[in-house]
Amino acid sequence: MDVSRRIVLHFPPNITGQPVVYRLVKDFGLTFNLLKASVSPGEEGLMVMELSGDQKNYDKGVKYLTEAGVRIQSLSQDVVRDESRCTHCGACIAICPAEAFSLEPETRKVLFDHNKCVVCGLCVKACPPRAMILHF
Amino acid sequence: MAKTIAEINEKIRKGKAVVVTAEEVIGIAKQKGVSGAAEEIDVVTTGTFSPMCGSGAFLNIGHSKPRIKLGGGKVYLNDVPVYTGIAAVDIFLGATALPDDDPRNKFYPGEFNYGGGYVIEELVAGKDVRLTATAFGTDCYPRKKLETLINIEDINEAILFNARNAYQNYNVAVNLSDKVIYTYMGVLKPNLGNAHYSTAGQLSPLFNDPYYKTIGVGTQIFLGGGIGYVAWHGTQHNPTALRGDNGVPRQGAGTLAVIGDLKQMKPGWLVGTSMLGYGCTLTVGIGVPIPILSEEMLGYTTVSDAGILAPLVDYSEAYPQLKSDILGEVSYAELRSGRIKVQGKDVPTGSLSSYSKAVEIASILKKWIEKGEFLLTEPVTPLPGVESGITFKPLKERPIGE
Repeated sequence: MDVSRRIVLHFPPNITGQPVVYRLVKDFGLTFNLLKASVSPGEEGLMVMELSGDQKNYDKGVKYLTEAGVRIQSLSQDVVRDESRCTHCGACIAICPAEAFSLEPETRKVLFDHNKCVVCGLCVKACPPRAMILHF
Repeated sequence: MAKTIAEINEKIRKGKAVVVTAEEVIGIAKQKGVSGAAEEIDVVTTGTFSPMCGSGAFLNIGHSKPRIKLGGGKVYLNDVPVYTGIAAVDIFLGATALPDDDPRNKFYPGEFNYGGGYVIEELVAGKDVRLTATAFGTDCYPRKKLETLINIEDINEAILFNARNAYQNYNVAVNLSDKVIYTYMGVLKPNLGNAHYSTAGQLSPLFNDPYYKTIGVGTQIFLGGGIGYVAWHGTQHNPTALRGDNGVPRQGAGTLAVIGDLKQMKPGWLVGTSMLGYGCTLTVGIGVPIPILSEEMLGYTTVSDAGILAPLVDYSEAYPQLKSDILGEVSYAELRSGRIKVQGKDVPTGSLSSYSKAVEIASILKKWIEKGEFLLTEPVTPLPGVESGITFKPLKERPIGE
């Protein structure tokens, strides 16, 4: 069974020089989508990523990270769109600081780019039909 | 080429009517010319899907045993107060009504997560709604308390009656102040942080019949996913508003009052809506067919976003203080590009009106007409036009005195 989770990785300063993410791909066959990263050698690093792959490999990968000293947190909040309530009006587009919403020129539907979302929650309250939901 | 509505209806009945949307007609007229297109096309369908506060529903809930006179009493639907100052078991549910215990803007900006518009949406979706009522009791209506679930299926009438919908043009809202403001035009960021507009532009009904030559009292329309009718001109109808050379108003102008049986409407086309810091309302889907009776009518329906100008209004000062100053005008083509220039600044735009839903409405109405399920109507009487001299007046406050 495949899983896909959004996680926050905290790297202690002593391992920021190691190719940790490379090993996730190489040794465990996982794929990742990097959402945010701030890693400099000798400082504590932070990465937000969506990590996907087979459940067993995913668990092994997480075990590897933990043993390597990486602290793992699941992304505590997530903004999702209730597609059944979205009317594609566009009231969210200009208020989103991360430019996560855009108007598809062809259909004039509002696209929500989940990967650009910084989970600030502005759209949740500003959405007229209340289609944006904050998940904890 | 002049056609009559009766002739067009004859073609619709035979399944031979040529129907296009107000978006499609623009390209066809470009290709074939206005006169060629007018020859060919019988009906142009329009659509709009926007928050429209002038909306509400009359409900007759039926008589309880023993009887209760809700008229003059207090009645709530899912805790939202309804108007009872009418007959014994008739009530009016307004789109902007809020539960008594909603904190409003006490915690600014208020969220307004539930209200009359949402109750209308739930009724249409066939959900049970909680009715609680207290009354004073009379000899013929002795009961004083009522608590029951009601369902749109079981009540006698549910009539959507919107006193003002389908505004012909509207302000583009911006914020010149240095703090965020929360308006019925959405959240407006400080220092021209964004600009919000709210019509379907080239697809919007009254932009396609700017002088109300075919849309009048009695016109059958798409309303909330079902059939409705133009009941009257809407409140604040302002036919004498400033117009461009193409006849299209350059500011808020005509409006429609519409009516229809809520029981045959569909969820998805009447959507409960919340405006942060402002209140609750209902987003309404409306589509109006325009019969192509002449080349002139076809010409009107070819209006495109580039030919529609809207005024830029500052909602931090000019709007609340009822000042008529505008910051300029922008076309719908510019608004839809995603960015406009205001006072030399590049400002991102957002809409409160769903263009994709407007396209869907115009397409559904087109399909109904093509299938012969929807016929055109001759207006019973026209809406007041430019010649009526009707203007939109501010309130003249006068002291009440002793």
